[in-house]
Amino acid sequence: MTDEKKVIQSPARRGILKYGAALSVSLPYITSVKAAPTEINMLAWYGHGEPDMVAEFEAANNVKFKPKYYAGGDNMLALIAQSPPGTYDLILSDGEFVQQLNAAGYIEEMDAADYPFDDMLHEDFTQFPGHWKDGKLFSMMLRGGHLGVSYNTTAVSAEEAASYACFWKPELEGKVGHFDWHLPSLGMMSLYNGNGAGLWDLDDAKWDKVQETTTSLRPQVGGFFDYGGTFNSLKNGEMLAMCGIGDWITGVLEKDGAPVASVIPKEGGIQFTESYSIGKGTDKAEIVKKFIQYMMSPDGQVKSAQMAAYPGFCVTKAGRAKLQEVDPKEAMRSGQMDGNPNDPIALINDGRIHYRDIPVQQSLEDWNDYWSEYKNA
Amino acid sequence: MTSRPASVRKTVNSSSNKRVDRFALAWRLPIIVWQTLFFLGPLIFMVAMSFFLVKNYRMEEAFELKNWNKMFSKNYFWDSYILTFTLATVSTIVASVLAFPASFALAFKVPEAVRRWALFLLIIPFFTSYLVRIFAWYVILAESGALNALLDNFGLGPFTMLNTKFGTLVGYMTLTLPLVVVLQTFALSNIDRNLVQAANNLGCSPFRSIYTVIMPLAKTGLIVAALFCFILSFGDFVSPYYLGGSKPPTLPILIIDTTKSGQQWPRAAVVAVVMMVTLITIAFAALALAYRTRASR
Repeated sequence: MTDEKKVIQSPARRGILKYGAALSVSLPYITSVKAAPTEINMLAWYGHGEPDMVAEFEAANNVKFKPKYYAGGDNMLALIAQSPPGTYDLILSDGEFVQQLNAAGYIEEMDAADYPFDDMLHEDFTQFPGHWKDGKLFSMMLRGGHLGVSYNTTAVSAEEAASYACFWKPELEGKVGHFDWHLPSLGMMSLYNGNGAGLWDLDDAKWDKVQETTTSLRPQVGGFFDYGGTFNSLKNGEMLAMCGIGDWITGVLEKDGAPVASVIPKEGGIQFTESYSIGKGTDKAEIVKKFIQYMMSPDGQVKSAQMAAYPGFCVTKAGRAKLQEVDPKEAMRSGQMDGNPNDPIALINDGRIHYRDIPVQQSLEDWNDYWSEYKNA
Repeated sequence: MTSRPASVRKTVNSSSNKRVDRFALAWRLPIIVWQTLFFLGPLIFMVAMSFFLVKNYRMEEAFELKNWNKMFSKNYFWDSYILTFTLATVSTIVASVLAFPASFALAFKVPEAVRRWALFLLIIPFFTSYLVRIFAWYVILAESGALNALLDNFGLGPFTMLNTKFGTLVGYMTLTLPLVVVLQTFALSNIDRNLVQAANNLGCSPFRSIYTVIMPLAKTGLIVAALFCFILSFGDFVSPYYLGGSKPPTLPILIIDTTKSGQQWPRAAVVAVVMMVTLITIAFAALALAYRTRASR
């Protein structure tokens, strides 16, 4: 009887052990094959590939973003130029650099019908410079932000901040900081000189004048900072006014309770624009398109407006409405409410905002050379 | 006892030399290979790169003097050079002077156990990121920071310390001072105490014995410590940028600025080569000074 049992039970036990072992060995592979997410290589400014922006999309679509962050359009172009085609599936670019991406053939054509152009908050956003070429779309505008006078509210009054002239206020000697990039700072000096919409298109006389104005600011300057340094120096009160930035930095500090603010002065402000393009040669164009559509959706626009790294304003009507609904405090703070004096769309309509661009009559190198001289002055 | 024939002696010596050569070579080889791969190779490439050109954000191989002419013709390059050299020199002097009393005490005045603990504590800062240590100074040096709060109790200040050359020097000291103390301590610890004792017995005052006996005997170590301080300060980017406010920029900051705009790596290579030549010159001069004295004794 005992032997019979053994004869009957033994093969079954061995079988369980055999198949169990085989299953346990192969299970991780089966699971991993099934769950392996599609990797999307993203090239972007810091923050765009962080969980607050992409985690929800990743979970819903079984993808994983692999962000490569850059600092500045030049840096972005160099990273693409030095990589094989197809390295980056998704590229976030400053608006003024899209035309260079396109000219170099780094981005794919997009189908305008895939994106909510009929819902854009401003007509300019539908035909944004450089985003279209020969009637074909190459980049989709995601968000924007305005640059003007950023200041410590305990040291500079709102009235004083209404003009770039506040940077020369005697009490601010050694307390004016620069974001260490020539384009926004020199653009602001150009606006201060009254160049208005022609701030980037400077003939020799106007360019000389911009340099002269900027040089006169040098005694006031306490330092030249990157993102972290700008953030810290405003937060700890080392710098009481900052040239070259806007709400994208003070907004983060303001939400944290720091006495700082940004306004668009009477001479006008500059808009930075961030846009998504599909990398040339990618084999993941469909899922990348889906992500861009997600970011253009009301939920995506809200995420963009609330981005932890630095805020930006919504560019679609539905996105703005959703922001007002789910986060009225942030909508109010950032002026994204109808009738708000700092409403970014109203500022554009009033002609007080000029889109950031690259110099027309000088090269970027000329501007950078002067910037280096200025820093050494 | 019969002596070996000359031919046999020659053969033995020859094979012995060969063994010694192979032995020595085996020990030298790793550092030779390492230096060739990771120092000499990149250095040659960097020099070559300084003659390349950049078109459409891509470097193209060329042999043009444009980058050299461009950088050498700019006043800001020379201003940065003078500033960087001056700051590194001041840093070296300050670090050497500040470190010496501590090193002297550790070498001559404290028990062995205390010296070991002190050296251990001096090494501890290197366990943390230099960048983190520099950002920690923000809290201390800010106008609303800890140091100004302390000075305020004595009716002093507030003083602006961040975004100044003083801030840069504080950063340099953070980087170099512990190392200089350690190197000076090792140099002073190796001095024969009998020589110091003899000087004292012959009527030399303690201070005079420092200048006439201790410092000359430790000269090589002191100069090497100073040299390390100069090299580290001259090439540091973090302190002049984050504590000095990049105002005005030093050569390492100029390298970053140059690469940021138009990806001008070849022009950055010009700056880097100039820095390298400067450091090599300083290093050879310092070492010659250090060892010449010893050789002539």
